[in-house]
Amino acid sequence: MSVDSAVVRRIAHLARIAVEEKEVERLRGELNAILSFVETLGEVNVEGVEPIASVLPMQMKKRVDVVSDGGIADDILANAPAREDHYFVVPKVVE
Amino acid sequence: MSDLTHLSLADARDALTSKKISAVELTKAHLAAIERARALNCFITETPELALKQAEASDAKLARGEAGPLEGLPLGVKDLYCSKGVRTTAASRILDDFTPTYESTVSGNLLRDGAVTLGKLNLDEFAMGSSNETSAFGPVVSPWRRKGDPNAKIVPGGSSGGSSAAVAAHLCLGATATDTGGSIRQPAAFTGTVGVKPTYGRCSRWGIVAFASSLDQAGPIARTVRDAAIMLRSMAGHDPKDTTSVDAPVPDYEAAVGASVKGRRIGVPKEYRLDGMSAEIAALWDQGVAWLKDAGAEIVDISLPHTKYALPTYYIIAPAEASSNLARYDGVRYGMREQGRDIVDMYEKTRAKGFGAEVRRRIMIGTYVLSAGYYDAYYVRAQKVRSLIKRDFDEAFAAGVDAVLTPATPSTAFAQGEQGSTDPVEMYLNDVFTVTVNMAGLPGVAVPGGLAANGLPLGLQLIGRPFDEETLFSLAAALEQAAPKIDFPQPWWREA
Repeated sequence: MSVDSAVVRRIAHLARIAVEEKEVERLRGELNAILSFVETLGEVNVEGVEPIASVLPMQMKKRVDVVSDGGIADDILANAPAREDHYFVVPKVVE
Repeated sequence: MSDLTHLSLADARDALTSKKISAVELTKAHLAAIERARALNCFITETPELALKQAEASDAKLARGEAGPLEGLPLGVKDLYCSKGVRTTAASRILDDFTPTYESTVSGNLLRDGAVTLGKLNLDEFAMGSSNETSAFGPVVSPWRRKGDPNAKIVPGGSSGGSSAAVAAHLCLGATATDTGGSIRQPAAFTGTVGVKPTYGRCSRWGIVAFASSLDQAGPIARTVRDAAIMLRSMAGHDPKDTTSVDAPVPDYEAAVGASVKGRRIGVPKEYRLDGMSAEIAALWDQGVAWLKDAGAEIVDISLPHTKYALPTYYIIAPAEASSNLARYDGVRYGMREQGRDIVDMYEKTRAKGFGAEVRRRIMIGTYVLSAGYYDAYYVRAQKVRSLIKRDFDEAFAAGVDAVLTPATPSTAFAQGEQGSTDPVEMYLNDVFTVTVNMAGLPGVAVPGGLAANGLPLGLQLIGRPFDEETLFSLAAALEQAAPKIDFPQPWWREA
């Protein structure tokens, strides 16, 4: 499988990465080089093989469903590029 | 005492506990070396004041007889580990001046045990790279130079290139690193140092910037096997904050260094003998086999038939996980923000400007293989092949093999700009021998094997059973004992 320039633009949008028109052709070449490299997996017989879920046979650990942390709004907001009181500020999303 | 930066971590520890030297003296010696080694670009952030404060506290504890296992030992920390109150960048512009309000569990364990932290070490951006050339803070230069070629800037490997170069240049006694496809072992091999990737789950991933969560693992880079063992004992351990961290006691790895390897069964996998493998690498591998045989180990030929599919599998799974993990860099909660006409435009511009070319490429590949219509063909198939790669190892271990011996890298280090500039896959091939280990979640160690004809180090790799790092330390120590001693380069980089 290989990607064309329309697919490159669609993936970039899905990944939320702005791509300039002049970059599309170069990206198409690079992505196709990687895709052709992974193509070889097509020859492996995976009939009846389970996709791996965890490299080690271990149960997902669970903890009691109680609040164990909190009250650290200042810490959480400390690195925000834009904030107001205890809120992150983003461009308007509701008209 | 002559140059204190030439002590091994173990010797420095003993000199501190016997009061022959002080932690402040030892720290000052390393800070002075760092100051004069800026040409290597090992550190993104130096923290000399913090280090001296820690060293003073260590001296007080040493005087009171309350020293921790790493008391007063100056270490470097890969800038992928969050450090409380110290800028943490992952070598990316997108994190801007992100300053964590918390400490990663593993670096916190080092601090608990008394370590002195000298600063944050350079790396490939988000740990994506094999040469440290993708860092937004510029490439790291290896202290090693090719014979007769003093102008070529040799890469220290990646992604933990700042860690490997700093340790090889004696700027710190040891350093933390991380390994997703070879990022501890390949830079260790390139710089003549020892790098340990522990079993998946051995060290907590909490507070380490995530790349591919099912593969990432923290580990040490040091100049000797013993030093790496001492560091890993402090770094490892259960952490309730990481659900994949294993609740099992941490053995005294240092005790395994020097233990007999008599009767150990070492598997030599024929699939690692690649077509066109350099004669030097093949000879080193044979030499490694002979060294272990001389130490009393038994050598058996084994087959790991799915080896050649490991790297292609990695280049589906790792980007897929990365595309999810890196979704959090959106210009809202931390890091840089580019203004946009609406929120989506803001996201897209922020991420286009904040991520470098290799990171953008991998996020896009990951997004593609996870997208509707391709998920089964790529991602699910890769997860099935990963099961087969792991099964190969399971079967070898079930047949009685204690460890597997391979070369660590397909070549010595190269110079900046020599690989991957036209085809990204060329750079990816550096991890061909190391990536299988991450796929199967196993422990692996890179040990220096000597110097190639071009004067650069070559490394051997040992792969062990899950949670049997002790056997690896014993075998690695046997190789270290047998291999020609590596003389680290003279400090040509020193500024007056």
